[in-house]
Amino acid sequence: MPILELRDITKIFPGVRANDGVSLRLERGEIVALLGENGAGKSTLMNVVYGLMAPDGGEVFVDGAQVHIKTPRDAIALGIGMVHQHFMLVQTLTVTENIILGHEPSRFGVIDLVSARSKVSDLSTRYGLKVDPDERVADLSVGMQQRVEILKALFQGARILILDEPTAVLTPQEVRELFGVVRSLVAEGLSVVLITHKLDEVMGVADRVVVMRDGRVVGETTPAETDQVGLARMMVGRDVVLSVDKAPSKPGETVLEVRDLAVLDDRRLEALRCISLVVRAGEVVGIAGVDGNGQRELVEAIVGLRKPTSGSISLRGKDITHAAPHATIHAGVSHVPEDRQRRGLVLEFDLAENLVLGDQSDAPYASAGIMHGRVIDETARERIADYDVRTPSIRVLAGNLSGGNQQKLVLAREMGRDPDLLVAAQPTRGLDVGAIEFVHRRILAERDSGKAILLVSMELDEIMSLSDRILVMYEGRVAAELSSEEADAERIGYFMTGGSNKDGAPLQKPATTVAEGGAS
Amino acid sequence: MSETHEASVVRENLWMKALRTAGVPLLSVVLAMIIGSIIIKASGMDPLLAWGALLKGAFGSPDKWAAGNFREFGDTIGRATPLAFAGLALAFGFRANLFNIGANGQLLLGSITAAWLGLVLAGLPGVLSIPMILIGSALAGAAWAFIPAILKAKVGAHEVITTMMFSWIGLYLTSWIIAAPLKDAAGNSQTPMLAQSVWLPTFDKILPGLFRTPVNAHLGFVIAVVLAVVVWWVLKRTTLGYGVRAVGFNQWAAQNGGISIAKTTVYALCISGALAGLAGASEVLGTNHRMFDEVSAGSGFGFTGIAVALLAKSHPVAVVFSALLFGALSAGAGMMQLTANVSDRIIMIVQALIIFFVGAETVITWFIKRRQKRALEEKGATDVA
Repeated sequence: MPILELRDITKIFPGVRANDGVSLRLERGEIVALLGENGAGKSTLMNVVYGLMAPDGGEVFVDGAQVHIKTPRDAIALGIGMVHQHFMLVQTLTVTENIILGHEPSRFGVIDLVSARSKVSDLSTRYGLKVDPDERVADLSVGMQQRVEILKALFQGARILILDEPTAVLTPQEVRELFGVVRSLVAEGLSVVLITHKLDEVMGVADRVVVMRDGRVVGETTPAETDQVGLARMMVGRDVVLSVDKAPSKPGETVLEVRDLAVLDDRRLEALRCISLVVRAGEVVGIAGVDGNGQRELVEAIVGLRKPTSGSISLRGKDITHAAPHATIHAGVSHVPEDRQRRGLVLEFDLAENLVLGDQSDAPYASAGIMHGRVIDETARERIADYDVRTPSIRVLAGNLSGGNQQKLVLAREMGRDPDLLVAAQPTRGLDVGAIEFVHRRILAERDSGKAILLVSMELDEIMSLSDRILVMYEGRVAAELSSEEADAERIGYFMTGGSNKDGAPLQKPATTVAEGGAS
Repeated sequence: MSETHEASVVRENLWMKALRTAGVPLLSVVLAMIIGSIIIKASGMDPLLAWGALLKGAFGSPDKWAAGNFREFGDTIGRATPLAFAGLALAFGFRANLFNIGANGQLLLGSITAAWLGLVLAGLPGVLSIPMILIGSALAGAAWAFIPAILKAKVGAHEVITTMMFSWIGLYLTSWIIAAPLKDAAGNSQTPMLAQSVWLPTFDKILPGLFRTPVNAHLGFVIAVVLAVVVWWVLKRTTLGYGVRAVGFNQWAAQNGGISIAKTTVYALCISGALAGLAGASEVLGTNHRMFDEVSAGSGFGFTGIAVALLAKSHPVAVVFSALLFGALSAGAGMMQLTANVSDRIIMIVQALIIFFVGAETVITWFIKRRQKRALEEKGATDVA
């Protein structure tokens, strides 16, 4: 008898059937990967199971008995636990306090921290989670915080564990450790649903794979029966080129030169400490690193959104250290921001208005303060066709486009300007496989046409497949520089977590990067 | 895709947009009048009689129109004129995500400038003096908005606080000017009467053939309508307007696109102040021909302008219609009290309810969306079957 069974789950949002008659079985001690692109309905399905959304149709069975899960509390009582993509932990409380939050064991009206602590500690040892129950959550790494979330579900008696995109925030090493934990959970009799859109994870850890597309289950298989290409085909519904074919780079003259740059973050703490790097024409330089190690501040300093405290930035020899965004745009810098909806687009503007953003006061789009609608519209139509933005008209508001089309819109604008340097931050975040393929091809095409490209991404695969050189950032410094040949996930991951280059790992090339002080 | 297809999509969108934009305000007005009716009924009066009287008081009657008597209609337009300017002022600020809540202060500075320049330039022909006075008042209003604007741009001081404080300063500053340097010899609390050369001509002077009896409607309304179109054009077709809208919608993206938030804020708030200043000038030159001390007069057009702009959803052309509605309500209230014995306070309640419902747009659109969703689900269900 399956421990969890879903029959014909249907969930309708205005305009879309997020789940359309989805059925799923989970056996005891099994890891099922729920694979699909963004918007395929994976998270919706699991939110229904966890009581966060009420389904419009269908039945849920736990241990063969039909259940009606209306709230997460119902789900927890049935032994269903969920770890969300964004953790729900109180930073100032300890691990134990976070775990018992909402289910505090008490004696005579007083919280029984002692027994709670020992229970947490037992669970942690039993499943090899290695979490210190007394540590403050704020002091834990992201990977450890995730384990606290898992512990919390176990503490509440979970027999079925739902992990929603658990690897999105982890380094390669942490991913491997997480999968180790998942295997030991399953060995102890738990059952796991792993929501993901990453093919290698599915191949590595799942017993069975259920593939969703457009709200329906389109296939079920096991890693033994298929390979990544086969999974991608099921997921997208057509053949997808997974590896990016790229010609060797022919780097030309130096376009961007950052020298000894120091920048503060929003809390006025030092985010970049004396960072130096060079990007030449015709090469992609990838910045790898765990989120929050200064990548955002680096990008913002280069495009003029953030004022450096010391150091210099120059573009083709011209100093742009203190240039405002409109000056960096004029100097030849284009920027694909990491958050397209916040920084990249005015969602209330139509496509033509968005495509002129950045060039709004320049010829041929405007003269003497008056905008030339006809030129703007003609250019907009050209770029939309060129970048395959799917829309009935240029008068559609940007907010009404899908995420992939919004990103194409940003790319169309930023690359259409014919810049010298393209700074692309998380250019494929939240995009589906097809759109990612498109964005990657365009970035490489820009490289081949002689543009300098600085690529910042949390996706290691993306960094490795697109970059000609890879800089790993750690705590506001370049921890290592690797050529694309010598870079692999292990080595990058080592530097991402603070491994220093004095421990026998490859050194930076002094020709391109000024060694920064005190890296070890 | 073919050009014609795109054109038809665009036209459809324009219709949809107009309907969407106007739908909620219209619904708000209707709802407010229904609730107003209930209140009138509950106090033992006849709502139909009351609204009839209001209409008559605001627009007159066919027999009067036939005789070329548009006194009531002229009254509505006369009352709508300062509201249209003030509404434009607020709307322009709203488009840049700025709440110029102290527009009344800028308006008073515009008034006092007009009252002063009107005296100084009395010797010039109107064609020369009136444009000079209007420009002077606009500059005065802009100047009064400039300090809050600079404070916002440089140190981030919130314009709601600063413009409000400047509104109070403006109130008592103009009150003092009226009490001392610009005191009317005949009495207190007003400036001397202006020479007829600087008066904005009324409609009966401009079109004596059509308006055969005197009306309060004056050239200021025509100027307001023209300005509404100009403001619309500026917002839609100039780089300044593009920047204002971009900053208003999403300042992060605007900044990333090279638009200076600080500069745009200063421009937008000063233009808002200039429009408010014109509201004051038009009232002085067109209606009162002098300035009354606002401390005692308390007309507060700058504040009503907030409501006018909200009802118009900050669309400059819609502001004119919104101002006409508020003008009509205020012009008809007297007649309603006289004929139907309904207190003119009920009009204030109706005005407040309109704003309430416009503000409750999120609730209303939620209802609409829910209905759409239900319809969609029913359609979806039949599709499956």
